[in-house]
Amino acid sequence: MAQIELSGIERIFKLGDSEVHALHELSVSIECGEYVAVMGPSGSGKSTLLNLLGLLDRPNAGTYRLEGRDVTTLSPDEQAEVRRTRIGFVFQSFHLVPRLTAAENIALPLMLAGIPPAERHTRVAQALKDFGLEPRASHRPEELSGGQRQRVAIARATIMRPAVILADEPTGNLDRTTGQDVTHLLEELNASGVTLIVVTHDPVMGGRARRRLMMEDGRLLQDVREPAPA
Amino acid sequence: MTPADTLRFATRAATGYPLRTALMVLAMSIGVAAVVILTALGDGARRYVVNEFSALGSNLVIVLPGRTATGGFGLGNLITSTPRDLTVRDAEALLRAPLVTRMAPLSVGNSEIAYGGRLREAMVVGTNGDYVDIRAFRMAEGSFLPREDLGRASAVAVLGTKLREELFGSEPAVGRMVRVGDRRLRVIGVLGKTGQGLGMNTDELVFMPVATAQAMFNTNNLFRIIVEARSREAIGPAKQQLEDIMRLRREGELDVTLITQDAVLGTFDRILGALTMAVAGIAAISLAVAGILVMNVMLVAVTQRTAEIGLLKALGATGRNIRLAFLTEAALLSLAGAITGYALGHLGAWGLRLAFPVLPAWPPDWAVFAGIGTALTTGILFGVMPARRAARLDPVQALSRR
Ligand SMILES: Nc1ncnc2c1ncn2[C@@H]1O[C@H](COP(=O)(O)OP(=O)(O)OP(=O)(O)O)[C@@H](O)[C@H]1O
Ligand SMILES: [Mg+2]
Repeated sequence: MAQIELSGIERIFKLGDSEVHALHELSVSIECGEYVAVMGPSGSGKSTLLNLLGLLDRPNAGTYRLEGRDVTTLSPDEQAEVRRTRIGFVFQSFHLVPRLTAAENIALPLMLAGIPPAERHTRVAQALKDFGLEPRASHRPEELSGGQRQRVAIARATIMRPAVILADEPTGNLDRTTGQDVTHLLEELNASGVTLIVVTHDPVMGGRARRRLMMEDGRLLQDVREPAPA
Repeated sequence: MTPADTLRFATRAATGYPLRTALMVLAMSIGVAAVVILTALGDGARRYVVNEFSALGSNLVIVLPGRTATGGFGLGNLITSTPRDLTVRDAEALLRAPLVTRMAPLSVGNSEIAYGGRLREAMVVGTNGDYVDIRAFRMAEGSFLPREDLGRASAVAVLGTKLREELFGSEPAVGRMVRVGDRRLRVIGVLGKTGQGLGMNTDELVFMPVATAQAMFNTNNLFRIIVEARSREAIGPAKQQLEDIMRLRREGELDVTLITQDAVLGTFDRILGALTMAVAGIAAISLAVAGILVMNVMLVAVTQRTAEIGLLKALGATGRNIRLAFLTEAALLSLAGAITGYALGHLGAWGLRLAFPVLPAWPPDWAVFAGIGTALTTGILFGVMPARRAARLDPVQALSRR
């Protein structure tokens, strides 16, 4: 059983009288621990796919099974719980809460999950250490560099130890070297067993993934797999 | 999300935007302060009047000649048509009521009073020795009228303190003879300073035995009889007994009016109480306005923080989490406003008391609770709509906003 199974997914946006098929007849399955890059021209439906995978959006048709469970029919609260416990998001624009410190931003998912403050504290301290953010713990996002912000965001995405990390152009707002750092960070996480699905325009980054989903006009054009590098 | 975390999160959100928060707290606090100050003013006025009347003595029934239809208290029924005179005999008869402890007849008229070369217009009150106790007056010098048969027209007088001042200056007054009208009376006492009471300034009166006054004015008539009941609770039954006695003396017809101080007080109490409520109501409108402001500010906050709400949803916040967070924030802002307003209101009331020392301008407890309660309720009620809007935001669109 694959970790993620999409079959016959349709996502249609209605704009006035016209309809946009953001996703069309999309079927794909992803195994646990895979490293997948989603690529394709602008408007091809990459973000729409990622939002669906992250349960932020519902398909108009088709089924989505996550870890064997049909998650499209779950109630909003059940979906929120799946997001909270199984999925980590990383965004192009970081999406840190500006008034909270780095440590508080990282602690957000733990707070939402109702984890007691003492445990929260140790887990956040560990994450700050793991991501080299210790000296920045009490800084607010505006006092951090882009790379540091994305590291805080990745720490936040992984603090609940999710099964899947969904990253939408995580290096899009970063310069080349910082972007590479972030890519390495995500790959390290993947190496520890977390499924990593990255939307990217960067062919270099895409080339590093062992599997590439090439999208166009809401369809899956190509599904390229490479043997794992020795 | 635990309640403690919700509270902490909302507090951070409120303090994260200090200017917005300060403005909202200010608006809310002005409303609450208005309620506190205005009710302090209204209730202060009420208490002032009630105190003034209480100074008359506590369990009094006033008997006046003539019957009024309503029995209520108003300026109109203080002046009544007089079908039959109220006499000293009536007054003595009233003392037979078991629940009555003391009685003082009043005969009133205007005359002039002279001592040495000084002459003055003065109001004359003919009464008996019990009057001073019924009214709880203090003597400054000498003693009040003797307790003697009401028919005895002793040639003595007691002066109000201001009158004594004007006639005698620094000279001793007790023992001197004064002329009142066509009579010469010996001053046997001077009342202590009493101030105002029911429109008559006691300090300017001259008291003499009721028989002396009646002879002077050539009348058998009494202006009033003041009767003191055994206790406050006995006022009702005592009034009944007095009416029975009067009816018996008038062949079954009751042609006197009995006013209890409770009725007088009650009327003023009601009028000023209603006034205070009205004033509080007007002040509460400013709270409603503040509530609408809370709503607007919270709606702006939701728009400002759209991306943050989208993020929280992506991190697994439920609609309920987000609703509660925004509602808590609105409640916190209202609470801060209410507390600030409460403090401001007390400051204002304190200022009022400084400016008008006679006015006991303390805000009544109910007004303070009502003010703070209204602030919290409006804040939370008007916070519901923005909170629901936040909870319903579509996370994908929310996240795409920056
Ligand atoms: N909320 C929406 N309402 C209407 N149309 C939408 C909406 N979201 C996406 N679309 C449309 O769906 C299509 C796919 O959009 P999507 O954002 O998935 O593209 P993308 O591959 O992520 O592009 P990019 O590389 O520019 O981010 C586009 O044509 C877009 O205009
Ligand atoms: Mg996109």
